[in-house]
Amino acid sequence: MARSLFDKLWDAHVVVPESEDAPAILFIDLHLVHEVTSPQAFAVLEERGLKVRRPDLTQATLDHSTPTLPAGADGRLPYATEAAEKQVHQLEANCAKHGIDLLGLDDARRGIVHVIGPEMGLTQPGKTIVCGDSHTSTHGAFGALAFGIGTTEVGHVLATQCVHQRKPKSMRITFEGALSPGVGAKDMALAMIAQIGADGGQGYAVEFAGEAVEALSMEGRMTLCNMAIEAGARVGMIAPDETTFAYLEGRERAPQGEDWDAAVARWRELPSDPDASFDTEVTVDAAAIRPMITYGVSPDAAAPVTGNAPQPANDSEREAAEYMRFAADRPFAEAKVDRVFIGSCTNSRLSDLREAAEVMRGRQVADGVVALIVPGSEVIRQQAEAEGLDAIFTDAGAEWRLPGCSMCIAMNGDQGAPGELVVSTSNRNFVGRQGKGVRTVLAGPATAAACAIAGHIADPSQYMSTETRDAA
Amino acid sequence: MQPDPFKRLEARTLVVRQSNIDTDQIIPARFLTTTTREGLGANAFYDWRYTADDQPKNASPFPVAGAGDRQVLVAGPNFGCGSSREHAPWALLDYGFRAVVSSDIADIFKSNSLKNGLLPVEVDAETHAALLDRPGVAIAIDLEECTLTTEDGIEASFAVEPFARRCLLDGVDPLGHILAHDAQITAYEAAA
Repeated sequence: MARSLFDKLWDAHVVVPESEDAPAILFIDLHLVHEVTSPQAFAVLEERGLKVRRPDLTQATLDHSTPTLPAGADGRLPYATEAAEKQVHQLEANCAKHGIDLLGLDDARRGIVHVIGPEMGLTQPGKTIVCGDSHTSTHGAFGALAFGIGTTEVGHVLATQCVHQRKPKSMRITFEGALSPGVGAKDMALAMIAQIGADGGQGYAVEFAGEAVEALSMEGRMTLCNMAIEAGARVGMIAPDETTFAYLEGRERAPQGEDWDAAVARWRELPSDPDASFDTEVTVDAAAIRPMITYGVSPDAAAPVTGNAPQPANDSEREAAEYMRFAADRPFAEAKVDRVFIGSCTNSRLSDLREAAEVMRGRQVADGVVALIVPGSEVIRQQAEAEGLDAIFTDAGAEWRLPGCSMCIAMNGDQGAPGELVVSTSNRNFVGRQGKGVRTVLAGPATAAACAIAGHIADPSQYMSTETRDAA
Repeated sequence: MQPDPFKRLEARTLVVRQSNIDTDQIIPARFLTTTTREGLGANAFYDWRYTADDQPKNASPFPVAGAGDRQVLVAGPNFGCGSSREHAPWALLDYGFRAVVSSDIADIFKSNSLKNGLLPVEVDAETHAALLDRPGVAIAIDLEECTLTTEDGIEASFAVEPFARRCLLDGVDPLGHILAHDAQITAYEAAA
């Protein structure tokens, strides 16, 4: 029987099949842990006298609560609160006690959990990957079955290396045709969510396919899968191919030598069989996608940046329009921007930073706009600095920070002020997500950089060289 | 930690009509630096209840003191979307809710809620619309029968994942259930 990528991964990880009475027990190949959603899970282990079953399959990092500014003259990191600092120390203590590898504050590989997994080569095709974080779908870019879990389930995985799961329905979203120049993975994600809705993927494991998806770099694929959850789908995945293998080869935790060849041979068997069937099929016209922004307080309120704000169609949309202060039928470009954030597990990788730098090179951030550039990991920070991207940003008047989740979740002190309009390359435009009363506009890195330069919502194409537009 | 068993709940509803109420609304991220699960009710829907300078909002649908007898939250579609933070059901429970009713509840929130004794109830569109129009109505939610009834005659049935339902009704411990399959897990690991 023909099977999809998802079917193959599911089948390969069933320890106990599901029945009417109970969900399947699924084995987890990689458990990623961070400081925010793990303390209460470790506490349950303590209460019940349980050990971490597979510390060797567990990788921890610090990202959500960590400052993006360096230590002050007193040598102390500028934590937002004592609680944030305590939370970081709690994870350090829990990892030390249970023998879990932690990318600590001084580790040259530390970074956002969904950036470091791929970067270290831990994220691989065919693996099941979980993390107490909804953006775990990011890892599906490698042909992994990756999904976010709650803290109770983090405890289950720590203790048993397994989770309870009912097999979700399957959906294939096919991007037909090639992207236009200057359009990137973030634009694909926002266009897709606008098309199917913020709950369009609920209950589904989604496979992204089609010419435009195959043409994406691994960074672009991660951006797309990252946003699957913003369409309600816990799982977003893409078939592994030569692009995937080329990205992984030689990475620290990827298979080496003969093991590598054997792994690639296995991985080549993973893509969906040609006649595999899906519960739902969706097609997106990739060629029609333009650089996108969001104008509401849900990620499906997305439209081309060059357009006008639409008329609200119901009470929720009217409230959103009031909060966002976009006047109906007026160009988005009339909206003044206060702050720009380039970073997050969606768009903080080297290619994202290059894209933003291309727009900012030799230009100045508009007066009154604060622009924050936060690389996804220490590795990216060093690569970017080696290329001189940091100098491009700081010369333009932007701030170059240390890696972390930063303004995406705004729990480390990096945030906007009430009423500010923030253009952000992150994933959520929810009310107050980036600080109380902050109005968030989601966009790709080039668009965000263009907004920083223009001082208002702006189309990035006017700032891109023809060469870049054609290569994007 | 095992949630209290959930069999039948008789209470009143508190209605918020908005669609896509995300877990950042339920508990803002700045409250997630806690390392315990207690006391989060004080921060439930914080920015809906308090102004930017922490003064109670007059027009908030959420009483400062807690849910009181309005233990059933009725909300617009796609409730609980966004972040996987289990702090969301912890906060709602601590605030005093025992059930959430919508036409459509986000997957991770639903899973997290079931593990903590906050019952997510997904009803048909007609029932949902009727409940949105009846704030404060007396409601009975019966998990044994999987039915919902109101004092003024709304009757609906709903589905709950059978294992989660058994855990709530009978106090079955999900972690204990996985641990009981240790031999199978070990065999799987050996074959991998």
